[in-house]
Amino acid sequence: MKEKSGRLPVWSRFLLSTALLTALLAWGLVLNVNTGSVDIPAGEVFRLTGGALRAAGRDLLRGGNALETLISASTESRIIFSIRMPRMLLAAILGGALSVSGFLLQTFFRNPIAGPFVLGISSGAKMVVSFTIIFAARFVSQVSSALMVLSAFAGSLVITGVVLLFSQRARNMSMLLVIGIMVGYICSAVTDFFITFAKEQDIVNLTSWSMGSFSGANWSGVGATAALCLGGLAAAWLLSKPMGAYALGEGYAQSLGINIKLFRAALILLSSLLSACVTAFAGPISFVGIAVPHITRSLLGTARPALVIPACYLCGAVFCIFCDLIARTAFAPAELAIGTVTSAFGAPVVIAMMLRRQRREQ
Amino acid sequence: MSYFETRGLAVGYNGQVLIHDIDISIEKGKILTLIGPNGAGKSTILKSITRHLQKIGGEVSIGGRDVYRWAAREMARQVAVVLTDRIRPELMTCGEVVAAGRYPYTNALGRLTAADREIVRQSLERVHALELEDRDFSTLSDGQRQRVMLARALCQEPEVIVLDEPTAYLDIRHKIELLDILREMAREKGITVVMSLHEIDLATKISDYLICVKGDAIDRFGPPEEIFAPETIDRLYGIRHGSYNLLFGSVELTRPAGPPEVFVTAGAGYGIPCYRALQKHQIPFATGILFENDVDCQVAGELSEHVVLTPAFEPIGADACRAAEDLLVRTKAVIDAGTPAGALNRPNRDLLDFARARGISVYPGWKEYLRTLS
Repeated sequence: MKEKSGRLPVWSRFLLSTALLTALLAWGLVLNVNTGSVDIPAGEVFRLTGGALRAAGRDLLRGGNALETLISASTESRIIFSIRMPRMLLAAILGGALSVSGFLLQTFFRNPIAGPFVLGISSGAKMVVSFTIIFAARFVSQVSSALMVLSAFAGSLVITGVVLLFSQRARNMSMLLVIGIMVGYICSAVTDFFITFAKEQDIVNLTSWSMGSFSGANWSGVGATAALCLGGLAAAWLLSKPMGAYALGEGYAQSLGINIKLFRAALILLSSLLSACVTAFAGPISFVGIAVPHITRSLLGTARPALVIPACYLCGAVFCIFCDLIARTAFAPAELAIGTVTSAFGAPVVIAMMLRRQRREQ
Repeated sequence: MSYFETRGLAVGYNGQVLIHDIDISIEKGKILTLIGPNGAGKSTILKSITRHLQKIGGEVSIGGRDVYRWAAREMARQVAVVLTDRIRPELMTCGEVVAAGRYPYTNALGRLTAADREIVRQSLERVHALELEDRDFSTLSDGQRQRVMLARALCQEPEVIVLDEPTAYLDIRHKIELLDILREMAREKGITVVMSLHEIDLATKISDYLICVKGDAIDRFGPPEEIFAPETIDRLYGIRHGSYNLLFGSVELTRPAGPPEVFVTAGAGYGIPCYRALQKHQIPFATGILFENDVDCQVAGELSEHVVLTPAFEPIGADACRAAEDLLVRTKAVIDAGTPAGALNRPNRDLLDFARARGISVYPGWKEYLRTLS
């Protein structure tokens, strides 16, 4: 029945796409770990990883620190386990989170250029981070990375709260979009105000933070983000039924029995939590959240949230891993900001998608 | 037995009452249509019934139960809607759009069972759109879209369907098809239909009950044949120029003003195109002699103040002939609309001879007459 339209059934297409993305992810993971200033052969990577997993298992069962001994045994294993692996895992986890967050907001606003930061979350995070860098540094001897993470997270959540408050009163989506953008402007104004009093070094730090990077990755960060983001992913997936109905517009969604206000709040909260997590650990990474949902939908040929959400996470992970690889290696030893790479690759994708969509509509 | 009821319903926005004391009561499986001018509040009433808008006072009940007390899921199982919102779902097939109607029945993940899929297919079949199941919704025409949206509402298996101007954007063929489907649904499945329509002619034909919405209260409520006096429509819509013929559902534009310039002999429908052509050129005219049951009367009366009538099924009397002659001598020309002459309408033939004898030009049709003007 579907063959006459020349299209694969939705499910086969989903399985095919997922298989492709998983293969790419696996390839990207290996590539990411063995490339860099020190090239480590893939076989060596597998051997070391296998050994580490066994050691970790032994530690878990009998106690002891076989894992640590193994890691510090050679330079190569130190590079792999302390630097490259957490960084690559962080890129994968956060890239997926960013994409799902973008997908949620695109569904929410029914607007293809909505992204994770359209509600002003990155501006809010930047505001608090700039405060921390510029003022808190005068009282604390050293601004630790944990403090930065906390600042960014706090900033994101404050803005989420403000937007949530408004969302209960806004009658339609475009009003909420305008509120998000305006709140973003206010935060930028406050940031600029702080910058007036900043030292030159502070400005440099702030700029490099706001371009985003996965270079600060460590194992505790990976654990925390994995818990938050995978939890968020599961929650988003559980919302896929109302999200599907929401595609018909708010009027129809309501008549199907969806509590619009509650659903709005859940969607905003979830998407904000995911992007706040990204912002806190890697800075506001642009374009992933806009571009990846588009790529995923085109790949799957459907907008069914139950299928798109997991595929979107996978696709985002692949996208970010390769972008980070480029960021790390393209101009080595200099390292590019991740935002530079994602924008350079993401923006053309968005333009191409828009043009294709326009052609299809004609 | 009344099934769908509103008692003292007051509706409006932000606590401001727009229309109050709406009392409706119809039986199961009937079709109720709201008519009234733009901005009268038809949509506001419908939205308050479907709970898209919070009512301000009064009560809405279905099957004797208060709609506003229902949980969202129960509401969704009882009442389905077709809105005026033009939806633009991305990458959704018609089947998926229709399947959204199963929402209040599926599990937490929205998985469709075989039974659900069967209902989706049946709904599409009922609106004659089964062949559209795998088509991308965004590629449909307006007529197809509206049918699919109706299938989506049916798929919800409601007791009541509320439609806000379902025929907007549709051409006449699709309007008829859509209303036929609604009638069939009401009759066969006992679904109660509440809707608003712009086309009064269609509304009177499809509906079991009509409500005229105007001002801050319901103007009239009842079966179409009961509530329509000839001027009801003109008054309801505040038509000052032009008129609406309820019997035929036809609209006439503004009547030309001034003393009659031509006299038209007509009858048996030959006059109507001629009257409308004269109206188009804003030429005031007189016409006669028409039997009171003649179809020409319906339009002549709307477009001219000078119509000579005579009782039906009787030969034309001397009075009517004299009245026609009086009007005729005041005009500059006579148009013979082409009505065949028979035993009863011979005086119309005589009128033409009368005109010729007076030196008034007689034209064998309105085209010939209009040609002399240019």
